[in-house]
Amino acid sequence: MVHENQSGTRQKIARFALLGAPNCGKTSLFNALTGGRAKVANYPGVTVEYRKGEFTLPNNQTVELLDLPGVYGDCGHSMDERVAIDAVRGNLEGERQPDGLLFLMDASHITTHLHNVLQAKNYGLPVVLVLNMMDMAARDGIEIDVAALESSLGIPVVSCVAVRASGRAHLLDFLNGWAGEILNDTATVPNAEGDSLKDLQAKARNISGVSVSRIEKAETFTQRIDKIVLHPVLGIAILAAILVFMFQAVYWWAGPFMDAIESGFGWLQGVSERLLPAGGWLTSLVSDGVIAGVGSVLIFLPQIIILFAFILLLEASGYMARAAFLVDTLMAKVGLNGRAFIPLLSSFACAIPGIMAARTIEQERDRLTTILIAPLMTCAARWPVYIMIIGAFIPNTKIGFLRLQGLVAFGLVVVGILFAMIMAFIFKRTLMKGAKSTLLIELPSYKMPVFKDYLLGLWDRAKIFINRAGRIILPASVIIWFLASYPTKANGIAGTFAGKIGGVIEPVLRPIGFNLEIAISLIPGMAAREVVVGALATIYSLDSEAVDGPIREVLQNSWSLPTALAFLAWFVFAPQCLSTLAIMKKETNGWKWPLFAFGYLFVLAYVAAGLTFHTATAFGL
Amino acid sequence: MTTRLTNLAKNETGVITGFDDADTDLCTRLREIGFAEGDNVTPLHFGLFGKNPMSVRLNGALIALRKAEAKAILVKAL
Ligand SMILES: Nc1nc2c(ncn2[C@@H]2O[C@H](COP(=O)(O)OP(=O)(O)OP(=O)(O)O)[C@@H](O)[C@H]2O)c(=O)[nH]1
Ligand SMILES: [Mg+2]
Repeated sequence: MVHENQSGTRQKIARFALLGAPNCGKTSLFNALTGGRAKVANYPGVTVEYRKGEFTLPNNQTVELLDLPGVYGDCGHSMDERVAIDAVRGNLEGERQPDGLLFLMDASHITTHLHNVLQAKNYGLPVVLVLNMMDMAARDGIEIDVAALESSLGIPVVSCVAVRASGRAHLLDFLNGWAGEILNDTATVPNAEGDSLKDLQAKARNISGVSVSRIEKAETFTQRIDKIVLHPVLGIAILAAILVFMFQAVYWWAGPFMDAIESGFGWLQGVSERLLPAGGWLTSLVSDGVIAGVGSVLIFLPQIIILFAFILLLEASGYMARAAFLVDTLMAKVGLNGRAFIPLLSSFACAIPGIMAARTIEQERDRLTTILIAPLMTCAARWPVYIMIIGAFIPNTKIGFLRLQGLVAFGLVVVGILFAMIMAFIFKRTLMKGAKSTLLIELPSYKMPVFKDYLLGLWDRAKIFINRAGRIILPASVIIWFLASYPTKANGIAGTFAGKIGGVIEPVLRPIGFNLEIAISLIPGMAAREVVVGALATIYSLDSEAVDGPIREVLQNSWSLPTALAFLAWFVFAPQCLSTLAIMKKETNGWKWPLFAFGYLFVLAYVAAGLTFHTATAFGL
Repeated sequence: MTTRLTNLAKNETGVITGFDDADTDLCTRLREIGFAEGDNVTPLHFGLFGKNPMSVRLNGALIALRKAEAKAILVKAL
């Protein structure tokens, strides 16, 4: 299979695709070979799009590698599976069919999955079976006769440990020769199998029966842990304890780092005011606009890092799929698809990857339901808002070894989840009726997180947070500074452009306890939720009547407690976030669902904030 | 005696004898993920409400599925 539009002088590129069941290590191998940084985690359904990368074999042959979503058969039940199958068949727009398939298989599960490689022989492409995770198989006492497998399958078989350089050496060696054979059209194209799935399974069971043997151990490590972790009552208690601990840790550990960042920005503000002309517009722009705005958000970086340190650890260990199992009993009652758990969980980072991960849900209505409720999960952009308001208005009382602030933060997250379940319940009985109830996932065995993947994942999350501060919050702060400074600040904020713009929507928000400053900040908050924090910091920094100091202290002096609580309630639902609406449009092919989501979230946010404000006022808070 | 996977007790092993093909799409999915005639299955864990979902051991793998899916798998208790 020679790439046709290669000129004679240029080297031919061999193009391989990574095919295989979910969670067998395709992306790990892809990253290791191509130097890529795609997300790896120990649960099925991480990759939902195809991705291309290049690497050079020891013999200087260039290889183009395609990482694909995991897929079991060749039917393409869900969107992500169809991407994988289209890629292999050469049906992806603008993409040439691969020259060969690297079929990855978890070596511990050959018996269960061997028929999948027989199905892959039907694509009419050269196939090599790569037995990955050989380290785990060896640990669990599984012995594999590679030569016997090769001869009965009629395709080459190579063993591999994707996460170790020594474990990939064998595969690279093989590819060195195979790529040449493929480009010269001498690689064997396997005979099509063509039988029914049932016959293929029988055939596969015969093959694995003679080439794979398992030394029956009383109990594997994973089984022993699962006895406790998957226990219906104990398991849920453990899950709850992990979550409470996680949100407490955010408060226990972040303090000193936050103080350091805060005084760093305070110092920067002081320096800029000393160096720049006193009272000039430039000084105000730098100090009140840029430093106050960006600093007020970046201060939450320690919390974000701590939060993700936990989430990534749970993902890499294999616990996340267990959590999906534990809460499925509830999800089933609500009418949600079992596969909705992972997308909803991803939404805790950001709704955008969460909404994309919903592609793994086969039933269209269940996918839509999941997309609609994904914005109710507490995304990272909400943390700056929660932490700022909680820090300013909720006393940090100790309750046993727990802290009230951490519990309130946890409570807000839980309220978001609760409303997601309620809305799903309603949607599934009205707009999204029907669809079967499915889960059907493989629970991975527990794995020690790969240290490098873990640190890179954490660094990626930190980088996203910092980048947003630079890309969105910095320019927004400059614009807000301008709008909140001109034409005149003589009569306070009301006389500025910002005051006039905010004044238009303020009457709508006054009944729920919001003031003019909040109204103004919510507008740029459409770009990203945490911009609200930066905007408030800039607005109050410019306000000569407001006290000087960290935004926390300023708010304590400017807002009533009911207003602060209403603001928190608003942000549980917080309909605003243009990029979420944009990805919804892309994933549902139209404006109908994003507009619907915006509408229902707005109503919920408004009612919740109003109820909170008036209840709190009635109680005399 | 042939029964359904949902009727096996915790830690009770059964041999798969076939599939209830009322829903062919579901049968395909079950086969693709690895359930096949002649395999041993053992329910190991159940959800809190109504034993839904369940996770079963199948040739060394652990597979989680809901009752509606497990019902389609016919087994003979050992
Ligand atoms: N011990 C061990 N772990 C591995 C190996 N290869 C991958 N892993 C781990 O297996 C898990 C799954 O790896 P991924 O690369 O995300 O798997 P995938 O096939 O891309 O998964 P999907 O995108 O969900 O289809 C991760 O926790 C990896 O660190 C291996 O050879 N040995
Ligand atoms: Mg992947």
